[in-house]
Amino acid sequence: MAIILAFPVLILSLMAQMVVLSRLYLLHGTADIILLVLIAWSLQEKARSVWIWVIIGGLLVSLVSATPFYIYLIGYLIITIIVRLLRRRVWQTPLLAMFVVTILGTFIQHLLIIIGLKATGQPISWQESLSLVTLPSVILNLLLSLPVYGVITDLASWVYPVEENE
Amino acid sequence: MNISFPRLWQTIVLLVVVGGVILLALSGYLSPVIKVALSPFLSAQGWLSNRYMALVDFMTVPRDVANLQQRNVELENQVSQLQTQLIQLQQQLREAQVLYALLDFARARPENEYIAAAVIGRDPNPFLQYVIIDKGSDDGIRHGMPVVTQQGLVGRIDAVTAGASRVQLIIDVNSTVNVRLQSSQANSLLTGSLTGDINLQMIPQDVAVQPGEVVLTSGLGGNYPQDVLIGQIVTVRKSETELFQTASVQPAVNFSSLRAVLVVKNFQPVNIAPLIPTPAQ
Repeated sequence: MAIILAFPVLILSLMAQMVVLSRLYLLHGTADIILLVLIAWSLQEKARSVWIWVIIGGLLVSLVSATPFYIYLIGYLIITIIVRLLRRRVWQTPLLAMFVVTILGTFIQHLLIIIGLKATGQPISWQESLSLVTLPSVILNLLLSLPVYGVITDLASWVYPVEENE
Repeated sequence: MNISFPRLWQTIVLLVVVGGVILLALSGYLSPVIKVALSPFLSAQGWLSNRYMALVDFMTVPRDVANLQQRNVELENQVSQLQTQLIQLQQQLREAQVLYALLDFARARPENEYIAAAVIGRDPNPFLQYVIIDKGSDDGIRHGMPVVTQQGLVGRIDAVTAGASRVQLIIDVNSTVNVRLQSSQANSLLTGSLTGDINLQMIPQDVAVQPGEVVLTSGLGGNYPQDVLIGQIVTVRKSETELFQTASVQPAVNFSSLRAVLVVKNFQPVNIAPLIPTPAQ
């Protein structure tokens, strides 16, 4: 069920990303809703198939983006590892974990993108990237993280309903 | 003493009195008397009439309010529908204006064959400036084809699928375009940047470059057709210690509101990579 659900959720998120969120700039940064969906899903206590979700999300973004295809996939996998590690330590406060991983995840993702683009010979400045793209993206991701977490939590509750003890 | 009038006289007296009263009334002499006499009755009549009308209003007006409320809801719905239609029509008008402009542009250049495409998305990576269009290899689009609008050069096809293509914009950080300055006829290199600004590099120092000068594609390198408008020079940076001048360019195309583009179908990009000498191993 969760694997089947991954396709519509991630495809809809990708469409929203390409049509709406990629046009909403703060300086030159944009929000990454796929990243937020994957973090929120990974934070769900009962969520299974997390790695499948990450691979599907990474491949979908790689399919449409001009970024070297492995960057998004590796980035999402690293961020999911961090989420799983954090979840064991701060599982009582998943919202705090969501905020922390959103900040960390955006930095890691952008670091990988910059390294990947520089490796392919693109003249990207570290300072410009950080001040004009990464920091604004962190802010936008933080703003979006709360509603995304709420929606994904509802989705997880629907997929894995709580069993009542009789 | 019992005085009795005959019945006839009684009748006559009564008729005279009544006739006199009628005559007095008709002649207006009894008006004040009638007014005083009728006043309490009229007041009572008015009071009764008011109470009756109030009762009628009480019984009928609530039904009218309900009708009015229903009508109001209907009208509000109608207004909402008309507003939606208005927005849709405005949207269609904007699209039609864009398409008419593209059509005019295509008609003005009959030597080129164009494929019109709508912009349906942007690259999710904020470091890159790419857009996705709704035409692909099934429509005849191939890798490397130039993309333009009626305003000027947009970029070129970077990747193609059956039903969609990805276009690298000239403002992308990895984009380079060989250009020519219209007045001075100097060749230069246009590069994109992370911020979406475009700059001219490698302008020879001896060329007099002025702000406002028009920048066109030169056709060198074989990636773009000649003489496609790119923009105008805004500022020139010249330093005696540098080998070349640089300049920033205001693009003719508004890349943030790109809705539809034309792909130049009959332009075949030339791959000059094999002709570029490589350092001896």
